[in-house]
Amino acid sequence: MTTLTREQILAIPAEDGGPGERRSRPWLFYTVLGLLTLVFIAPLIYMAVTSFKTPEDAISTTPQWWPANPTTQAYDRVLNDPATPVGRWFLNSMIAATANSLLAVSTATLAGYALARIPFKGRQPLFVLIVATLFLPPVVLLVPNYLTLNFLGWLDTLLVVIIPGAAGAFGVFFMRQFFIGLPKELEESASLDGATRWKTFLTVLLPLARPAIATLILLTFLTNWNDFLWPIYTLFSPDKQTLPAGLSTLQSANSVRYDLLMAGAMISAVPVLLLYAFTQRFIVEGIASAGMKD
Amino acid sequence: MVATDVQTPATPPSVEKEVWDEKRAARKDTREGWLFCAPYLVLFAVFVIFPAVWGLWISLHRYDFTLPDKPFIGLDNYTGLIDGSSPWSAVFWESIRNTLLFTVLSVPLLLVVPLAIAMVLNQKFAGRNLFRAIYFAPYVLGVAVIAVLWRYLLDANVGLINYYLGRAIPWLTDVPQAWVSLVGVTVWWTLGFNCAIYLAALQDVPRSLYEAAAMDGASWWQKFRTVTLPGIRSVLVFIVSTTIIASMNMFGQSFLMTQGGPGNETRTAIMQISDTGLRQFDSGMGSAMSMIFMFFLVVISGSVFWLTNRDSDAQAKVRKAKAEARAQA
Repeated sequence: MTTLTREQILAIPAEDGGPGERRSRPWLFYTVLGLLTLVFIAPLIYMAVTSFKTPEDAISTTPQWWPANPTTQAYDRVLNDPATPVGRWFLNSMIAATANSLLAVSTATLAGYALARIPFKGRQPLFVLIVATLFLPPVVLLVPNYLTLNFLGWLDTLLVVIIPGAAGAFGVFFMRQFFIGLPKELEESASLDGATRWKTFLTVLLPLARPAIATLILLTFLTNWNDFLWPIYTLFSPDKQTLPAGLSTLQSANSVRYDLLMAGAMISAVPVLLLYAFTQRFIVEGIASAGMKD
Repeated sequence: MVATDVQTPATPPSVEKEVWDEKRAARKDTREGWLFCAPYLVLFAVFVIFPAVWGLWISLHRYDFTLPDKPFIGLDNYTGLIDGSSPWSAVFWESIRNTLLFTVLSVPLLLVVPLAIAMVLNQKFAGRNLFRAIYFAPYVLGVAVIAVLWRYLLDANVGLINYYLGRAIPWLTDVPQAWVSLVGVTVWWTLGFNCAIYLAALQDVPRSLYEAAAMDGASWWQKFRTVTLPGIRSVLVFIVSTTIIASMNMFGQSFLMTQGGPGNETRTAIMQISDTGLRQFDSGMGSAMSMIFMFFLVVISGSVFWLTNRDSDAQAKVRKAKAEARAQA
């Protein structure tokens, strides 16, 4: 497993013979990058602008890149309509994503540590079983998990978007890879000092694992915040939904009220975009490192 | 926690004592290992292992959970789908066909476009991390936001896209336009994910190989074929399989942008399975469909893995160079 550090990236020489790496025309180069930026950013800007339009301006056949009559009516409406309580969905999503990531990451950290570092009987087959389920398409679990939650009486409560999602294997795999990369001497010296395994884990390994744990919390939070398939089938009442499921409800209720739809989309998008703005290095490198396993 | 410390004897222990201590330490490891795993294993057993097995069992029943009677019918759900005697058969195979079509259309783009962008970004220049962050940004948004936004931009009458094209193309209500929209939006949305992985892999390709190739007078294409591609081969295998799996699991884009239409033309396998199993209460049939779907997924990703993971001389050379570079560092 290779994780790129800032030093490695900075250590890349400016001049070398890699394909496409010699730039004779910097203006062309920056034009290409600029056009690509436009492709990725412009739709998001248009979403933001439209959320401040009147219903008529939102469906104007001449696009307005600045609202002709700026207004927050769309936000007022979606936040106050009892059929589409977007404020409530926001709160639900916040609670679910926070609780789910804490549960998933704490259990995954414990299990990942054990699978990396404790030579216990049955470890190898257990790890193989856990990793094998990474390849299980989630849809196979959809129907039986629905029936289980029906049996537990959890349907239409936030528990359905907090608990089952924490059973995924990715976190365990991610934390195991991290702990395997740590030098063994750290624990050995602690255990020679007579510390128990639990104490060594808490005082020596956990502090070292902070960056990995932070990355995993971020990735889990994002996954849960954005999850769509599961909540639309397990949360029915308007006030129980999370934002993605709610957006689907909002769209069915207001099919061409694009001002309302963009306001709802903004309320879902802005928190993760803010989170991303401050933590993008963790998120992007966390994902990049998941792919780098030679 | 359960830890009884092993006493360190003051005098050199006898052989038997050493063996006994080792056994005791091994038992302690086993106890502690399972204890550390226990909280996760409870979740894993209840929500992954049990449903995986139970799903198979349900698929052998006419299983409507709203009815008291759930008779065992053997493989009838499967044979009904395969020989066409089940009323679900036609719509199910159409959804499989749609899913395969989407996969065939989207995967090549999701392999090539992010690689091209990653190669552009794989240079030292001002603002590189900023551009990488921008291209990755749509990926952090959920499918619900993306689909609601693009349904607006692709609206035949008031959408931005048709305005700038000066046409009235039915992007979401007719085929093949709907497929162009679904594939295009998916590429726009998830490209940053593959791009970030490619970029990390490209930065791991040893410089010495490019220098050697340059000295041999290799052209851009030759360097790409003999150095870059073998250099990122192991990551390529990962990207190919995750991209195929993601495309085959496509759901939200169709559900929100086209509602599976026109007709059932863009209805995907996941849409059909969840609808049959959870909305129409035919859980047995839904489970059987999901097993057949998994079979397709395993066969396709398995054969792709086998095809892309075969070793080559060029790759062995890269591995050697990587090992040397690491030894030097």
